[in-house]
Amino acid sequence: MTMTKPAVAPNPVASAVQKFLSRRGSWVPVFAALLILIIMFVGAQAYFGNFLTPRVISSLLLDNAYLLILAVGMTFVILTGGIDLSVGAVMAFTGMLGASLLRDGSPVTVVVPVMLLVGAALGLGVGILVQYFGVQPFIASLAAMFAARGLAFMVSLSSIRVEEPAILWLQGTRIQAAPGSWFITPTGILALLVVVIGTLVLAYTRFGRTIYAIGGNEQSARLMGLPVVRTKLLAYTISGLCAGLAGVVFTAYTGASYPLNGIGTELDTIAAVVIGGTLLTGGSGYVLGSMIGVFVYGAIKSVISFLGAEQSWTRITIGGLLLVFVVVQRVIVARSSRR
Amino acid sequence: MPADTEVPPVEMPPVEKPVVEMRGITIEFPGVKALANVDFTLRAGEVHTLMGENGAGKSTLIKALTGVYAIDSGTITVGGQVREFSGTADAQAAGISTVYQEVNLCTNLSVGENVMLGHEVRTAGRINWKATHREAARHLENLGVFIDTRSQLSSHSIAVQQLVAISRAMVTDSTVLVLDEPTSSLDRSEVEQLFGVIRDLRDRGVAILFVTHFLDQVYEISDRLTVLRNGTLVGEYPAAGLARGTLISLMIGRELDELDALSRSAVRPIDRDAQPVFSATDLGRKGMLEPADVSVYDGEVVGIAGLLGSGRTELVRLMYGADRPDTGSIEVRGDAAKITTPRHAIDHRIAFSSEDRRAEGIIGDLTVAENIVIGIQAKRGWLRKVGKAEQATVVAEYIAALGVRPADPNRLVRNLSGGNQQKVLLARWLATAPQLIILDEPTRGIDVGAKADIQRKVAELASQGLSVVFISSELEEVLRIAQRVIVMRDRRKIGELVSHDIEVGDLIDFIAQDHDKAETPENVA
Amino acid sequence: MKTIVQHRLFWPIAALIVLIIVNTIARPSFISITVQNGQLYGPLIDILRNSAPLMLVALGMTLVIATRGIDLSVGAIMAVSGAVALTIIQGSSDPNGLGTVLIAIVAGVLVALVLGVWNGFLVSVVGIQPIIATLVLMLAGRGIALLITGGFITTINSEPYRFMAQGYVFGFPFALYVSVAAVVVVSLIERRTALGVLTEAVGINPEASRLAGVRSRGIIWAAYAVSGLLAGLAGILYSSNIMAADANAAGLYIELDAILAVVLGGTSLMGGKFSLAGTVVGVFTIQTLKSTITFLGVPPAVSPLFLAIVVVIVVLVQSQRLRDVSNRISQSLRNRRANSEVAS
Repeated sequence: MTMTKPAVAPNPVASAVQKFLSRRGSWVPVFAALLILIIMFVGAQAYFGNFLTPRVISSLLLDNAYLLILAVGMTFVILTGGIDLSVGAVMAFTGMLGASLLRDGSPVTVVVPVMLLVGAALGLGVGILVQYFGVQPFIASLAAMFAARGLAFMVSLSSIRVEEPAILWLQGTRIQAAPGSWFITPTGILALLVVVIGTLVLAYTRFGRTIYAIGGNEQSARLMGLPVVRTKLLAYTISGLCAGLAGVVFTAYTGASYPLNGIGTELDTIAAVVIGGTLLTGGSGYVLGSMIGVFVYGAIKSVISFLGAEQSWTRITIGGLLLVFVVVQRVIVARSSRR
Repeated sequence: MPADTEVPPVEMPPVEKPVVEMRGITIEFPGVKALANVDFTLRAGEVHTLMGENGAGKSTLIKALTGVYAIDSGTITVGGQVREFSGTADAQAAGISTVYQEVNLCTNLSVGENVMLGHEVRTAGRINWKATHREAARHLENLGVFIDTRSQLSSHSIAVQQLVAISRAMVTDSTVLVLDEPTSSLDRSEVEQLFGVIRDLRDRGVAILFVTHFLDQVYEISDRLTVLRNGTLVGEYPAAGLARGTLISLMIGRELDELDALSRSAVRPIDRDAQPVFSATDLGRKGMLEPADVSVYDGEVVGIAGLLGSGRTELVRLMYGADRPDTGSIEVRGDAAKITTPRHAIDHRIAFSSEDRRAEGIIGDLTVAENIVIGIQAKRGWLRKVGKAEQATVVAEYIAALGVRPADPNRLVRNLSGGNQQKVLLARWLATAPQLIILDEPTRGIDVGAKADIQRKVAELASQGLSVVFISSELEEVLRIAQRVIVMRDRRKIGELVSHDIEVGDLIDFIAQDHDKAETPENVA
Repeated sequence: MKTIVQHRLFWPIAALIVLIIVNTIARPSFISITVQNGQLYGPLIDILRNSAPLMLVALGMTLVIATRGIDLSVGAIMAVSGAVALTIIQGSSDPNGLGTVLIAIVAGVLVALVLGVWNGFLVSVVGIQPIIATLVLMLAGRGIALLITGGFITTINSEPYRFMAQGYVFGFPFALYVSVAAVVVVSLIERRTALGVLTEAVGINPEASRLAGVRSRGIIWAAYAVSGLLAGLAGILYSSNIMAADANAAGLYIELDAILAVVLGGTSLMGGKFSLAGTVVGVFTIQTLKSTITFLGVPPAVSPLFLAIVVVIVVLVQSQRLRDVSNRISQSLRNRRANSEVAS
């Protein structure tokens, strides 16, 4: 009990560990995820022999840039103790909207902001339902998911090719990131930028700290005089905004927009965020952790394709991994609350 | 004996202009007058404790001061200015900070962050963590608390968390600090540390409003006391001059004449040489209850008396398995019994009616009939449903026997008054034909008529052989109904008295007297 | 009149009737029923038949919601049971034999039951939030189904199996009988035994129920098991309808349809009192809504949008209604309390 006097540490190692745990306890799940990622890389390299190449690693970012962006937005929402099931459908809808606007001749400088705005608006809608009408987040976002999916089909029942050079440039360009065949695309840079912004906002702004406070104990946050309503609305809006941006990136990735895009993507996103160490109950987690979670997801997908196995194994593995993480989270929570 | 006549008239010389003046405060809720014309004064540089039993109006008064409740009539003056609070933010802006029993902070954040949340130090628009933590550490050190501000709040004990909450109040330069039951979860040394901080703040001129039900602590820390009873002001007294016994009498007060009409429980012969129905040895749980012995004989009514927070409910919950005991063994009619869940207790024909009938008793959206029958049904299992005819008979019998009004088995229980809800709960348990029934505050907060009905019923059942354990804050009620009284204080059993020998005053003295302090337990918290 | 309007089922039934009337006005053929070869045909008959899978799933969902939970995995479970059944039939030497078909159906439903028990275990024993616990199976389930079918959409040719969804008995679709049987059986179990009341008690006040001796863990577990079982049966019907096991399409989004049906029928998402009859009305309402949307020429792929709008409206109305109802009740409580205080 270090209380009235500065305590004299009897055992330096034990107290250093304890100090670390008490300061950075919520980093532990993130390290666990990192560990899993490393184990996967090492294991895959050992098994396949050509897994850890610059090409493959770079592709990890390239192929999953959209998921990374979605995960950042989802992290904000889950940190407040909520959830957003609409992100996959919103991504598809904004993609369809954008592709059709481009096809009809609108300039890309207008189309992209429109996509972002539409995504943000849908997110705000979910937030309003949750905050002002007391609808449970998963119902509200489930309804938004359905609405967005229907809207996507309303734009067009079939896919729309995108020929806008600006969009294609986002994905097509390979920028040499380092000597060798390390490369990165503008979409990758965009995704990493989103990660950086998300991290900074959560760590260095009052808005970000309010998000953590709400997730920790919403009533306390209210009693402490924090702007709870505004913050929650903003969290859902950000998630929608990220979905819109992911729509841009994913359209660039596939060179077209398809109304059936993103089915199940919300689940992948949630899984990535949870595996990355964010607690579903809110209040604990980091954008960097979600990034690791996305790479775990991507690595699993790569491994499975290396194995030549069916892609359905990806979902099963992710589901299993999610389960393990959730159970462990539950055990830890149960144990600490009994104390 | 219990007198409001024995207290000397109080002459408080007006020391200085009070920080808070509440005059004529009246707050009404549907059907209940929570506060009636209450005055309250708080001066700078004093520790003022608000005292009263459950339903006295303590928490209502505090909520009026902290902006949670609006007042129906009266005035609140803070710092010489009349205020109208439309929410907690207004009260905070007026310089009133509150530390609640559950310490409303965010345990997932660091200590320093909790202290400074909303007031972090910023440079160029972004939070400067180094400076923020430095500020936080400064505020904590002002209270004599030296901890790592970067550590997570949850890694610290409740005692430390409370101190963090208090420093947070100091960040906003509060003139009034309200501490609502801060010591309920603290052990002795933590209480001392907290009191040190409180005295320090007091000496610096902060006005401190303290609420607690631990008698010893009241005398240890308070400068003055205000006693409330049944929503009215009993009086304001200097702590030094008030004897314990007097204080207790003031809080509990005289019983209503109507209930005096119920004659004392007949001195029925209880065979205490035979095997007890229920016998527990060293029953206890860390942080809840010091190990205690309890035994109940056939046809006996055992009362449990003590002030709020003395451990009465904790004891009976352990007896019933509603909470899992850490220590102790139980015997039912001489056979060893494992009782760690309610189902175990029910299988041994023990019944329990919780003190919080709303949260732990009634199943509001079900009908009176369904609520009554559910005890029997749970015992029988899901397959053998209690038939309509059987249900109708049982329900009608108990509605009549207990006088449930309105006598409509199909009414939703949540639409009944408190007294009738309690009768429904009683019916539920009696219908399971228990051999021992535990009633925790069955008459709290219900109208006088229902109160009398329930007390009468309990006495009748006991005389027919049912064993009863009865908890009540109203000492006269306990003495009237019980043959034997277990006395609790500060989470441990301090003794047993035979009821027909004593009066309420004796009981009060027994509670108030200094019991063996040498064995003050470390871990009662 | 007042008691009729205040009955729980009034609004759901009224909504359904209005929907039917609107449809009939728009296309009078809506309520026409023709008889061919002793079998009934017509849009109404289609609704009765096509609603069977949703009916089964919604019944299970009602029980789960009553315990304050949710089951998001029902669609995936449907896919798995269909995959199991069809794989057995495809691999057998006698795909047209009644015995084979029966074994296949039983196997599919049993596997679904196991999955439901698994969900119940996670929720009631391990204590995981229902959303997450069932989310896991929702993620993994379709993958499992794909594995069972070897990654293909297994198709079969089996008359007895086809009969499930496409056959007729006494003029009515066989699927309707399955639907009716499920409603009857579940209602009997819930209301003839004490399971219904105990489930409601657990959902309304878990702590009071625990103190009263109710075995909440078993009840919650059972709800998820039943939900799985019914989803399994729904999966059989679905695959029988298309004579294929399509792991990706089977039961897609049926979770939301089921939740919507339950909510439309008056059961609250907060748990507690539930109404199987309300769910039945809700299922028919949704099916009719879908039929209306199709008739309006809206591509089925867009129909989720309309369902979403309906969900939002229903949820808003319910929250408003709840507020009004609670206001009215507390008002009468106030009057009653004041009276009793005065009287005594």
